This record gives sequence, structure tokens and C-alpha cells, in this order.
Amino acid sequence: MLKQLEGSHAVAEAIALCRPEVICVYPISPQTHIVEHCGELVRKGEMGNCEYMNVESEFAALSACIGSSACGARTYTATASQGLLYMAEAVYNASGLGLPIVMTVANRAIGAPINIWNDHTDSMSMRDAGWIQLFAETNQEALDLHIQAFKIAERLSQPVMVCMDGFILTHAYERVDMPTQEQVDQFLPPFQAQQVLDPVNPYSIGAMVGPEAFTEVRYLAHEKQLQALDVIPEIASEFKEIFGRDSGGLIREYETEGADTIIVTLGSVAGTVKDTVDEMRAAGKKIGVVTVGSFRPFPSAQLREAVKNAKQVVVLEKSFALGFGGVVANNIMMSLQGTGIHVHTVVAGLGGRPITMPSLHKLFEKALADELEDMQFLDLQWDIVNAELARQRAQINSGPVAESILKNIQVDTAYGGAASHAAT
Amino acid sequence: MNKPSQRTAADMAPEQKVKFYQKGTFTVGNRLVDADSRNVQSSMDRSNAITSGHRACQGCGEALGARYALDTAMRVTGGKMMAANATGCLEVFTTPYPETSWQMPWMHSLFGNAPAVASGMQAAMKAKGKTDTRIIAQGGDGGTVDIGFGCLSGMFERNDDVLYICYDNEAYMNTGVQRSGATPGGARTATTMPTDADHPGNVFGTGKNLPRIAMAHNIPYVATASVAYLQDLEAKVEKAMSFKGARYIHVYVPCPLGWGCASNATISLARLVVETGMFPLFEAEHGAVTSTRPIRQRVPIEQYLKPQRRFAHLFKSPQGQEAIEKLQAMCDRNIKDYDLLRETEETPA
Amino acid sequence: MSLPTTAPFAITVDVGTSLNNHTGTWRTERPVYLDRLPPCNNACPAGENIQAWLALAEEGDYEGAWHEIMKNNPLPGIMGRACYHPCENACNRKDIDSAVSIHAVERFLDDESRKQGWVPRVPSDLSGKHILVIGSGPSGLSAAYHLRRLGHAVTIYEAGPVAGGMMRFGIPSYRLPRDVVEANIKRIEDMGVEFVLNKKVEDIAAEKEAGGFDAVFLAIGAHLANRAYIPSTDASKILDAVGVLHDMETAEDKPMLGRRVVVYGGGNTAVDVARTAKRMGAEEAIIVYRRNRDQMPAHDFEMDEALEEGVIVNWLTTIKEVGDGGKIMVEKMELDDNGKPQPTGEMDELEADTVVMALGQNVDTEFVGRLEGVEIKDKTIQVDNQFMTGHPGVFAGGDMVPSERTVTVAVGHGKHAARAIHAWLQADSYIKPEKPEIADFDKLNPWYYTDAPETVQEMLDVERRKSTFGEVVEGLDETNALYEARRCLSCGNCFECDNCYGVCPDNAVIKLGPGKRFEFDYDFCKGCGICAAECPCGAIEMVPEEI
Repeated sequence: MLKQLEGSHAVAEAIALCRPEVICVYPISPQTHIVEHCGELVRKGEMGNCEYMNVESEFAALSACIGSSACGARTYTATASQGLLYMAEAVYNASGLGLPIVMTVANRAIGAPINIWNDHTDSMSMRDAGWIQLFAETNQEALDLHIQAFKIAERLSQPVMVCMDGFILTHAYERVDMPTQEQVDQFLPPFQAQQVLDPVNPYSIGAMVGPEAFTEVRYLAHEKQLQALDVIPEIASEFKEIFGRDSGGLIREYETEGADTIIVTLGSVAGTVKDTVDEMRAAGKKIGVVTVGSFRPFPSAQLREAVKNAKQVVVLEKSFALGFGGVVANNIMMSLQGTGIHVHTVVAGLGGRPITMPSLHKLFEKALADELEDMQFLDLQWDIVNAELARQRAQINSGPVAESILKNIQVDTAYGGAASHAAT
Repeated sequence: MNKPSQRTAADMAPEQKVKFYQKGTFTVGNRLVDADSRNVQSSMDRSNAITSGHRACQGCGEALGARYALDTAMRVTGGKMMAANATGCLEVFTTPYPETSWQMPWMHSLFGNAPAVASGMQAAMKAKGKTDTRIIAQGGDGGTVDIGFGCLSGMFERNDDVLYICYDNEAYMNTGVQRSGATPGGARTATTMPTDADHPGNVFGTGKNLPRIAMAHNIPYVATASVAYLQDLEAKVEKAMSFKGARYIHVYVPCPLGWGCASNATISLARLVVETGMFPLFEAEHGAVTSTRPIRQRVPIEQYLKPQRRFAHLFKSPQGQEAIEKLQAMCDRNIKDYDLLRETEETPA
Repeated sequence: MSLPTTAPFAITVDVGTSLNNHTGTWRTERPVYLDRLPPCNNACPAGENIQAWLALAEEGDYEGAWHEIMKNNPLPGIMGRACYHPCENACNRKDIDSAVSIHAVERFLDDESRKQGWVPRVPSDLSGKHILVIGSGPSGLSAAYHLRRLGHAVTIYEAGPVAGGMMRFGIPSYRLPRDVVEANIKRIEDMGVEFVLNKKVEDIAAEKEAGGFDAVFLAIGAHLANRAYIPSTDASKILDAVGVLHDMETAEDKPMLGRRVVVYGGGNTAVDVARTAKRMGAEEAIIVYRRNRDQMPAHDFEMDEALEEGVIVNWLTTIKEVGDGGKIMVEKMELDDNGKPQPTGEMDELEADTVVMALGQNVDTEFVGRLEGVEIKDKTIQVDNQFMTGHPGVFAGGDMVPSERTVTVAVGHGKHAARAIHAWLQADSYIKPEKPEIADFDKLNPWYYTDAPETVQEMLDVERRKSTFGEVVEGLDETNALYEARRCLSCGNCFECDNCYGVCPDNAVIKLGPGKRFEFDYDFCKGCGICAAECPCGAIEMVPEEI
């Protein structure tokens, strides 16, 4: 059924269709609308016997999820940004214990300085935590991925994080095709836990493991990620069979046929990138796009295959490893090792800065002209940076950087409405 | 309706008053009491929720306290019970791969989240319509009064159907005896070393009386217990299980290693701490104290402090003497506040 | 129960698997169960297993308890009244509140036995041996009873007209009612012991020969009064205590003691006579004793009762002379640095209708001395550790032989001698089993015993006591007896309180079930010692582990 919905509501309705048994809730922008709407659906009796728990922190939220999932209940929560960091310990724990929890991360920057807008720093910080990380490009895909996520999680007995761009997707009203309950029931069988706390057949979950077996435990967790490389596409195709649309999977290719330059990106910015590529293709430029749908496990082989005929790859990402470079780019470089394909890193959209088509045009043209640096920040305001660096050099004790930068910025509203720049 | 403990003085009295003053009334298995009313720990078919082979130190009070509490809960629930455990000694000594000492469904997640995990467990049971399977969360004093405090308070405030049991040995023992929010003033720990006379062990803060904090949440049931008073402890666990909602029991469990006492002194110290007035045994329902256990043989605080090396330095300096006086004052205050010296008919331990 | 194959490796583990980890290897000391000797049992001259019968009584098995007493003591009714209960002086409970009133429970059990008609167990097969017991006091009765229980035929020769000896002639009926004495004796008679009364033995060897006895046990007691020389102008006013008490029992006319009676001496007999005098109507009964109360051999409780009844005591006083008209000259004494009374020269006068000398008794050694090989020393018959005199086959016990002279000691002698005679008849000797270590108070953990002060036995009203011979001290009813029995601490012997089983942090104590006690599981015991520390009765000991 087609509906015009806010992204968060679309996700909440999709969650409801998955018949979760426990939802743990702690508010943080920009995921709040999802759990608010879940609560409304529970109270309206549209979620069966679902227990809706308001807890006192994200740490408690995911911890409660750990408890309920270990008891064999289908369990869901959502978070973002600081909240994800606050629950970090439990994030690792949930995957270590092999609990198929599904969690939405409404991607948002991490402070200080505090910033509520979108980038991918939060979920990237948890990339090694053992969770499967799926990135949604559109609200439709966000909705679809949540339905798939439960199936992936429960098949592998591993938790799944569905990452969707904060505000850009969560707060955007779009038309979505909402599946029926019958379809979802057909796709997603009731949760059969692979291990469950039960007085009838008791065992201990969460033993202390020493050097004698820890490496093996870790390897087996890695092995589950490798299995996911098969499971994710399988489930995407099962999904297509029932729901009739392509959604999910490991990667998506767009206009890669004959492309010398391939832009690799993830999340909602793919829309803007594709629009830009469309225009450049129309102008006869050999440029294409690959979108990463699953960041963990990272589909190295699929990616290598997708870009094998290109000369260069430009990674456009909303995350950045301070002191090193692009997080996604780093994964791609590793994947393309030995292929000779040149990889450029472009860090863009940090803290909600709009990624505009004109900027992308300029960037891609530069790439096609072989003039792109290995590493660059899109729309970085060098004048401000340079002025601050000069000031710092002049003063031994220069005070907080953020404050100093703000003093130098002439405009104070230019980026205030970042959400309205959402890619369309 | 909530039925109070099966084993109260009043219940036993009518049959034969003589039974009250007998050999072994305070022992684990008072055979003069009806078989059904005896302590779970005296039963040949107690569940031994923690079985042998665990790696707790010799004379571990926590191993004992946990078995006491959980065996009782197992009896009351007919085995329909599961537990969440905070990181700490209890977790480490029971579940080093490839072995576990637990004989019931048990899970360990993290140090600070046991109450939240338990909340999640009870939510799952509610969702599945299996609310007869009861949930217990447990942790040491560090996991309870410090790092797990936030989750605990949340669990209380939501009145989730969880019994949380804190096994208090007054420091972080698993990591090597560091100070916790439950460490008493004057005590030596690895992070409160009495380096000289001006630094006689742990500072005297304002204290963090978790049972009182629990009461401030108005949860249905709060109790303190000590491993030296088994009958009292079991009755409290039994009573706790008769309530739905959030419940809290704070069990005092000596740690021979951390306290520097003999391994056979576990029970006697758990007794002295009560008989000095330092650790009052009481129950509270919905925020109000409903019962206190009077002191049976009052002793001065020195008698409790002396067998413990963690307090040895207090006896060597005037500053230490001041600390002892402060501790005695705390006992005196408890005695007054809880009316611990009132005349009463003796009740079994 | 086992793990699903899909459970995460190593992180999820199967229940109870720690049983593979044998923590017993950590141990440097191991706990062991032991049985220590309870101080009451140790102190009992009759060798009763007091703790055992208290335990049975505690469970309400009064018949079992009574049979347990009867294993060692055939006269519980008498012992429960007349014994000075050294068991209670030794009782560890006195360090908690007050000693268990063992005698009162014993008395209750005997009362119960007579009410219920319980009879002692007697073997049906006879050994064919026949033993002569001379004297029917407590040691004679005890020997006869035990010999009968050991399967022998027994005949008692009693010089007097009734059986009982000093139980009848030495202890006033207000302390020991005669129906109790008679019932206890009758029970022995009913077992098949033959009583021959009014038979005074002059020649032991001849009687043995004539009766075809295989062995003889002498138990004639000490009934000759000691007499101190006191100048007297009127000897008719001076009586001896043994005679007075004897006449009270047998004479048609009770002794005439008069309005004012002076008793000379400080032992229990002196007190008995003074109290008897009161009951006979004396207005004044004055005990004259040359030392002070602390040094008085009479038992405190008896003295207390006497004082309540109006008996007067002149401490630190000796009688110098008994003059005309009952004027008695007494001298005040004072204690020297060694606590010995010394004359002060300070004289005083008392008036008395009668002066009763209560200065101790002696054995009539004359006819015994005629027996070949018998040695007499300090007016007592010498016996070896088998209670045998120098004459083979002739044994002796009770007040005749050197020892403390009490009913209970005599009963103990009788038992020991019976066992020795039994052994001697088989050309063997009786060896007493070695005593285990005594369970002193410091071996106990008294916390586990509730505060339970001794039940006070009701007393007959003082006014009535002064005028009648009714039993002064009343018995306990069942509730009180049960209460008293349950005050027993079971010192040194496991009473299955489950403490060890409960307090072991390693579940290393195996409970074997009712009556079977416990075992240590040394596979898991870490040797922490909590079980030993928390054992209420001191039945666990920690011993170093051998390396």
C-alpha cells in the first residue's frame, strides 16, 4: 500500500509488521520519532503483545534488549550518535553473545562540539563491534531493510544495525510502499532462537573465556560475518520474491557499465550522486556509482568485481578517521589491493553540511580530469581554517578551536537548515 | 494476596512454645521445626544453584550468599527462575570457560547493566505470557552501588518484576580490592592505603545507603540480610518472591581475601557486623520500614574490626582511634534509628 | 540437558560443568568429624550417657530415653532426686545461662516409667552363674541389676528388714519419697533378682560355699557413726545422726528430739537431721559448724532450703561440752591464714533438748576383715581396679571402698563391679573404654543456642515443708521436661543441625540423611574451616593436610 509518510513513521510501521516482542526506548535525536511512533502503535494495540520499555539510558536500552533477546524475544531498539557511544559496551556484548537484536541508527555526528545533524561517524565507530551494518539509501529502503534485518539477524543469530541518515531520511516525508502484514508474515517466520534462557533446559550464557579459546571465539564471530555475505543477498532475493522490489543486498551498481571513474558511496547521498552522474552521463562522461548496502560485513569481492574495469574510484563518505583518512575509503583500498585502481577519498557532509550537486559536479569533473587529490574535504572553507591556524601559531594558548572558528565565520545561518538539503 | 514468609515466629508458636528455646534453633537445620518449615539450606534436595567446583576463594561469603538466596528462590518458584549477573567475582568464579557452576538459566552481560538485562528478561517473559518465570539480577557492591546504579534505579522506578540481590563485600574484590562506594570509612583497600597516620584508610564520606535509596523508589520490597542469619535471609528472599514488581535485597557477604581475615571467619564477621549495629537487618515495603531485627548480643565495634587486617592500622594511631569512634558512632546511630536494642521475644536466625 | 549446537562456542556453557574442577587440591587443612565426650557424661559417677537420653527425650521418645538411662543406672527415680548431680556442675550450658536441669528430666522420666509400666530389658538366657550380693543399698542393687542384665542369676542378702540401705536410712523422705525407692527396687526384683531380707552375713566364705555362688559382691555401706569426744554430763541427750535417720524410717516410735535441737557437723547429713527436726516439731534447729559456709561440705541448695525452713546455723563454732539441763558450751572459732579454724577462747552457751552428732560414718569392717586376703586401710576395704578385694571372687563397692560416698558413686561402683565380675567369670578383666577428648565450652560455638534459662522446679510451700515430710521439690511436667531436655547443647557430638551442610561455600558437605550424619566431599572441600568454626557442638576438627 502506498503511503506518504515521514521516514521515521515508515520505519516504525515496518517494525510493527515484524511483530517485535520487546522494544527498548531512550530518546535521542534524530531517531526519536521512530520509537515515539512505535509506542503509539503499541498503545493502540497494533503490535500484539509487544513490551514497550522506556529506560533511563541507551546503555540500559541495549542492555534490556540483550536480556530480552536472550530469552528468545524478538527485540528492537533505536539510537544515534552519542547514544550509540553510550551503549558501546553493550554493542560489543550483544554481538559477542550472538543475540539477534535489530537496532536502527539514525546517523548523526558525534561531539564535541555537539551537533545533532547527519554524518556517519557514529555507526562507523562501531564498525568492528561484530554487528551487521546495513545502510539505507531511501526511506523505502530503510523500511525494507528493517524487515530484512530481523530475518538476517535471526538466521545468523547476530545483531543487525540498520543505518539511515538522521533528518535526511528520518524526518523526510516520502511516498513509500508499505507491505501488508500477510506479506511480512510470509517473509519473516516467528523467531526461533538458536539459544534461549529457559528453566526447562538451563545453561549459562556469557562465560569468561581466556587465551585458550578467545582467538577461536573471535574467528568464529568473523566467520559469521563471512556467512552474512551469502545470507544478505539470499534474503534480498527472498524479499524480492514476496515484495516484488529490489532492496538491500551487499552493493548496488548504477551506470557502472563502461565507467572509467566510479563513485563509491553509502546512505542517502547516493541519490544526489546519482542525479549528478545522470547529468554527467548525459554529457557523455564515463562515470558510474556503486552504493555500499552492507558495510559490515564488507563486500570486498563484490566491490572489486563491480569496479574492476574502472581506472579510478572516488569514495565519497560522511565519516573520517582523524589523523588518518576516510573510513570507507580505507576498506575499499584494502578490497582493491593489487588491482592498480586508484582510490580517492572525499570526506563530505560532516555534521550535516549539505552535499550539493554543484559541489559534486566540480568534484567529479576534477576527478575525470585526473586532477583530484588522494584525499580531500568537500567544500572545506580554507579561509577559516587558515586563519585559525595562523592565529594559533601567533598565540601559544589559543583557546578552544570551535569558539575561535565561530568568531571567524561571517555567516551564522548558512548551514542551519541542513536537513532541507536532503537529496531528492 | 501477598502471603508473608512461611517461617515466622508466630506461625510456629501455637504448636509448641517449647520449640523456641531449643538446641539448634539458630542452626541451619533446626530439626525441631516441621520439615516443611526448615531452611532450604538444610534440605537434601536443595537445588544448589551454584554447585561445587567453582573457583571462589576459601571461605567466600558471596558464594554462600548467592547459594542461600538462589536456592530459596528456586524453591519458591519451583525452579521457574532465571538470573542476570553483573561482572564481578560471582561471575568470574562461577563461569570460566569451559565450566559453569550454575544449575539454572543464567546470563552475564556486563558490569553495569545487570538490572537492565533483567528488565529485558522480564519484559520478554511478559511478552510471551510467561510471567510465572521469575527474574533475578545480582551483582557485587561495585556493580550495584557504583557502576550499575543508573540501571538499578531505572529498574526500580519502572517497578519491573525483578528481584535484585546485591552481595556486598565492601570493595572491588575481583580487580584486587579497590574502594567502592560501599567501602566503609577507615578501611584499607588497594586504592585507600593507610600510608601514614594522617591517611587512615578510606575517607569517611556521607555514605551510600543503597537499601535506603531503594526505599526512596517506593518499590514493593527492600530488605537487608547477612549470611550469618540464614533463616532471616531465606525468609526475606521468600517474602521478596511473594511480591510482583521491583524488589531489592542487600546481602552482607564477608570476603576473607579482601578483608584480611581468616577463611573460617566469614560467618562470624557477618554476625558481628549485625550485632554491633553496623549493618542493621530490616525489611521495608513500599518505602516504609516494616520490620527490624533486634541485636541479640551487642558487641562493641572493635570486636568486629579486630579480626580484619583492613582495619588493623586503626588500632595504631590516634587518628585511627578517631576513626574507630566514628564507626562506633555509626553503630550507635543505627541502634537508635532502628531501635535495635528493644526487648523482644527471641526469634530464630 | 545439553547445549543446542547453534549456541555460541565457549561463551555459552552447559550447567553444572564445574564439577569437573576438583577444588579439593587447594586444601591445606581438612575438616574431620569426631565425637568428643560431653562434660556431663564425663562427670557422671554412674557413667550415664546423659546426652544420649536427653536427645531421645528431646524428640519426645521418653521410653527410649528411659531405656537409655537404664543401660547404666537402674535407679533413675532415686538419682533424679538424691543425686547431687555433678553432671550439672560440669554442664557447658552454665556458661551460657544455667546448667540443664538433668536431674529433673531424669526424675520426670522415672515418674513416666512408673506411670506407663515400662520394664527394663532382661536377657532370657541365663549364664548358669550365680552371684551373691551382700547389702541392698545403691551399689548392691546396681551390681545385682547389671549382673542380671548380663545374664547371671543374682541373690541379695540384706541384714535389715527392708531393702534400700542408705536410700532408706540416710536420705529423709522429704527428699526421697519412699514409694519411689520401693518402686525402683521392685523393678529389680521383678527382673528375677532374689532378695533375702533379715539375713546378716557373718562369714562370707562360708555363705559363698553354702549357696554355691560363683562370686560375691560386698556392698554393706558405711553406717557406723563417727563420734567425737565431747565431755558430757548427760549422755542421754546426745544422739548420732545415722541413728536418728534410721529410726525415723523403721522405729515404731519416732525419735524424741524435743523443742530445741542442736546438730553438730557441716555435711549433708547434718542438714538432713536439722530439717528432720523441724518437721518433727522442733522450734529451734541449730546447726553448729566449726567452719564457714564456703567450706561447708553440704550442698548449697540443701542449705538454702534448710535456711528457708528456719534452720539456724552457728558458723565458726565448736561444741566444748554438753552440760546439765541441755546447757551446751560452745567456742567461737576464727579462720587462720590457711583457712583453718582456730579456737578463740571466746565461749558461749546454747540450750538444747537434744544434741545430734553428724560427724560422718564408718564401715563395719570387722566381718569382712575376717576373710582371707582382704586388706583394710583407713577403715575402708581395699579393692583393685576391678573392684575385687584381695580375696579372689569377692568384690566390693559403694561406701565400703575408698571413694566419695554418694548414691550415684555407689551405683557406678555397682555397674563397674558387675562388668568386672562378668569378665572375671570368663577369666578376663574388664577394661573401661578410653575416654575421648572432652568437649569443653571453648570447643563450642554457643551463638547457635538460644537463651533458655533453667526451668525452676516448683517448691512445696515453706510453711508446709516445716511440718510435713512431703517431697519438697516437685517434678517437672512434660512441657517443662521437654524444655529442659532441649536445652542440652549436645556438646562434642553431632546432633545433625545441618550447620556444616549449610555453611559450606563449596557444597562439600554431603548430608547422608536422618540419623546418618554427614560426610565431607574432599574432592571439593577447600579447607576454609567455616564448618568447624560454625559447628555449635564442637564435633568438627581441622587437621593439617598431609603433603
